[in-house]
Amino acid sequence: MSNQCHAWDGFKGRIWKDEVNVRDFIQNNYEPYEGDESFLVGPTKSTDQLWGELQKLQKEERAKGGVLDMETEIVSSLTSYPAGYINASMKDLEQVVGLQTDKPLKRAFMPYGGIKMSEEACTTYGYTPSEKLHEIFHEYHKTHNDAVYDCYTPEMRMARKNKIVTGLPDTYGRGRIVGDYRRVALYGIDYLIEQKEKDKANCGCGVMMDDIIRQREELAEQIKALKGMKEMAAIYGFDISQPATNAKEAVQWLYFGYLAAIKTQNGAAMSVGRVSTFIDIYIERDLKNGVLNETQAQELIDHMTMKFRMVKFARIPSYNQLFSGDPVWATLDLAGLGMDGRHMVTKSDYRFLHTLENMGPAPEPNLTVLYSSHLPENFKRYSAKISIDTSSVQYENDDVMRPVWGDDYAVCCCVSATQTGKEMQFFGARANLAKCLLYAINGGVDEKTKLQVGPEYAPITSEYLDYDEVMHKYDIMMEWLADLYVNILNLIQYMHDKYYYEASQMALIDTDVRRTFATGIAGFSHVIDSLSAIKYAKVKTVRNEDGLVIDYEVEGDFPRYGNDDDRADDIAVWLLKTFMEKIEKRHTYRHAEPTTSILTITSNVVYGKATGAMPDGRKAGEPLSPGANPAYGAEQNGLLASLNSVAKLPYEYALDGISNTQTINPGALGHSEEERISNLVHVLDGYFDQGAHHLNVNVFGIEKLKDAMEHPEKEEYANFTIRVSGYAVKFIDLTHEQQLDVISRTCHAQL
Amino acid sequence: MSKHQGYVHSIETFGSVDGPGVRYVIFLQGCAMRCQFCHNPDTWNLISQKVVNAEDLLKQALRYRSYWSHEGGITISGGEPLLQMDFLLEFCTLAKKEGIHVTVDTGGQPFTKKDSFLSKFKQLLAVVDLFLLDIKHIDDAAHQKLTGCTNQNILEMAKFLSENNQPVWIRHVLVPSINSNDAWLLQLNAFLSTLENVEKVEILPYHTLGVYKWMNLGIPYQLNGIDPPDKQMLDHANQLLNTSSYPKKR
Repeated sequence: MSNQCHAWDGFKGRIWKDEVNVRDFIQNNYEPYEGDESFLVGPTKSTDQLWGELQKLQKEERAKGGVLDMETEIVSSLTSYPAGYINASMKDLEQVVGLQTDKPLKRAFMPYGGIKMSEEACTTYGYTPSEKLHEIFHEYHKTHNDAVYDCYTPEMRMARKNKIVTGLPDTYGRGRIVGDYRRVALYGIDYLIEQKEKDKANCGCGVMMDDIIRQREELAEQIKALKGMKEMAAIYGFDISQPATNAKEAVQWLYFGYLAAIKTQNGAAMSVGRVSTFIDIYIERDLKNGVLNETQAQELIDHMTMKFRMVKFARIPSYNQLFSGDPVWATLDLAGLGMDGRHMVTKSDYRFLHTLENMGPAPEPNLTVLYSSHLPENFKRYSAKISIDTSSVQYENDDVMRPVWGDDYAVCCCVSATQTGKEMQFFGARANLAKCLLYAINGGVDEKTKLQVGPEYAPITSEYLDYDEVMHKYDIMMEWLADLYVNILNLIQYMHDKYYYEASQMALIDTDVRRTFATGIAGFSHVIDSLSAIKYAKVKTVRNEDGLVIDYEVEGDFPRYGNDDDRADDIAVWLLKTFMEKIEKRHTYRHAEPTTSILTITSNVVYGKATGAMPDGRKAGEPLSPGANPAYGAEQNGLLASLNSVAKLPYEYALDGISNTQTINPGALGHSEEERISNLVHVLDGYFDQGAHHLNVNVFGIEKLKDAMEHPEKEEYANFTIRVSGYAVKFIDLTHEQQLDVISRTCHAQL
Repeated sequence: MSKHQGYVHSIETFGSVDGPGVRYVIFLQGCAMRCQFCHNPDTWNLISQKVVNAEDLLKQALRYRSYWSHEGGITISGGEPLLQMDFLLEFCTLAKKEGIHVTVDTGGQPFTKKDSFLSKFKQLLAVVDLFLLDIKHIDDAAHQKLTGCTNQNILEMAKFLSENNQPVWIRHVLVPSINSNDAWLLQLNAFLSTLENVEKVEILPYHTLGVYKWMNLGIPYQLNGIDPPDKQMLDHANQLLNTSSYPKKR
């Protein structure tokens, strides 16, 4: 590798030079930064110009009903488009280049996940999909969605249709795979191809078993993808076969790696990963060598971030209901601690947060602070300030994640972690445990459709619910659901690998990859409160003429989850552990390691609509509370009692993450900015020191939400960003129903 | 073993404006004042359903210690906490033993120099780190009209705390037309400048968020038609009370 001597000048360490090992490179070369934000600089003129241009396009996009432009003739690939720019006449201003298609915000045609969905996405927004492509993907080439439906059992279709499992990645890309895009910058593509060729040569002993054949084919796809990346970069005039030699190239090379992923996959979550510390090493070297100044460094980060703000996919209406507001989860992680105890905050971690000041709040990239109370106070305070000003940051507890995933993991969606370059995840949406409880009571008959969906177990016939009887029936119904759910996912993941393999991302991950099998829970708080009501109060059933329980009357008071009351919170812990145990004992595709999450994203509204009345008093059709959040109105003792309840959930049983979203009225956080910042830091320290996993922090009043809903046209709301379960959205991009849902959630204010 | 029962109105686990840092705020039941702008008239009655003993209450509060860091702690507010002096004293003594920063948020109305009160109040000073003292109106006649009580003993308490070197934050709810005119604010400022122990003076804008509680309780609300003060009025009042000059260097 002739260029390497020059490209790696000044970098320390040994192991990473002999093998692909970005973590080793980072640990040997990053410089922890203890100072405050005073070094940061404002946007350059170019940044202002480009961002202004992009905002114009975003406005146009909204005016056109959410989609600016769409492809109908070309199947997206690494090389299917000529170079594209934010504005061709300003292309020299762009420090980082590369678009998904030939035009900004134009959505590509990606049929491999399902040709039906790709075509539906076009027609939804008034575009006519190509007849030629229709013929190809109906007559000659099968897609993931068709393959899954070929193999679903009647029971699976029934469960899906009745929405006891839903949001499944059988109609869209599963996403959640983070390629180690840093490898492109550190090693250049040629070396990566070389390594994969070596792996292929060593793949099997010549005996052709299923797993060996599949592996060989996948490696061939990966190598093809790597070669494609080089061609893609060449279209923009760059040769990425060799390592990046300076910060600008490092940022560009890394972005090309990511661009390859978003040109070929429209997964629900397309995360960027943990890149700030890595990039900082290149910036620091250039700063020291006097070939870069702070203004240029910030400009690089701003322009890269601008690209992450532009990622778009063509989606169908049913997808948008699940994941509202056009999110792509370009999750980008900051801070965290190293295994050696040093914090990993660098100046570039500040620079990424600062993009929210330089270009205003934005939902993407999904900026995630890997939090620990041991992070430098300066950084905690700056991050809290940005949260208060923009409501665009989420926090995840590095102290509980580091022991499991090490110090080079990345968040691959909202709350799930994977080790960068070492792991991939099979994303599997979620099972509706609230509905499952209703099935237990009604003997497997769906309370909405009246169909026999679950097994025909004996229903509960008594007028008042008996706790022990309900628990017994719930246990066996959950067993059925866990079994069916895991098998649905086995099927989906098999077909996704076969028909929509993520070659570009997997090419940037070790061949010997560890796989996790991500399941999820919806309706969490309502099950807890319902069981608590049955245990501590009296719950009377209300039946229809067929004897089916369709409503409940609660007599008396009962403890609710969200008040730091162990009577309710113990049920929460029991529920998580029980469900996880039932998942864990089953066979998983490719022997992936099962995990679960308590995360609903915005699908809590769709799930709620399909779920009948619950014994906790929740009415039929009302939204479920999102993620691990307590039910609306349940919290009687303020924010910290609510946080304490959620903090009791053991992360080890929900390694795919425990999402919690809280909105705090600025006035309730303190009188002055100084008070608000330090109080928010205290809240984060106190919450995470108890082992809690995740917190979305919103700081605004309910009046602002109401006004934004009524007057979305006001300039001040164009970029008004809020955190919802696991990601951020522009509030005005949510559906009306979801806006109402956000408003109705507890806003922690005090008199 | 706890000796005294306390009547608790409610708990706020995340108080951030009633004392320094993040605070566990205990609202005790009962108040003898009848302030026209009161936003918690449901705390007036002395007896509540929620009865606790000091040990249990402290145990509950300590679940939030991880959020307090060095600044935060517990604030006992109300109602009027001094009306439950025995309970208050027992609770604060226990909390102090745990090394917690204790704040008492009071209107001062129960204060008297009679020995039955003062002997306990002196004990209380030893286990309280900070008093938040509300002065509703500096003029006695107007105070009586606004709250139904005299302010003479309240001002006396302010002096007593000063003589005993007890840190105090003075708070003043600014109600337009009722206590907002310059003469009164200047008079209040003159009084405050005689005190040696004031660390902070806070002007709290009158608000109407508690009016619905009056409706619920069927008590006629007398300040209808008065709007919360605007920013200009607040800035002006802050100037007259010299709020930015605290804490005064001694």
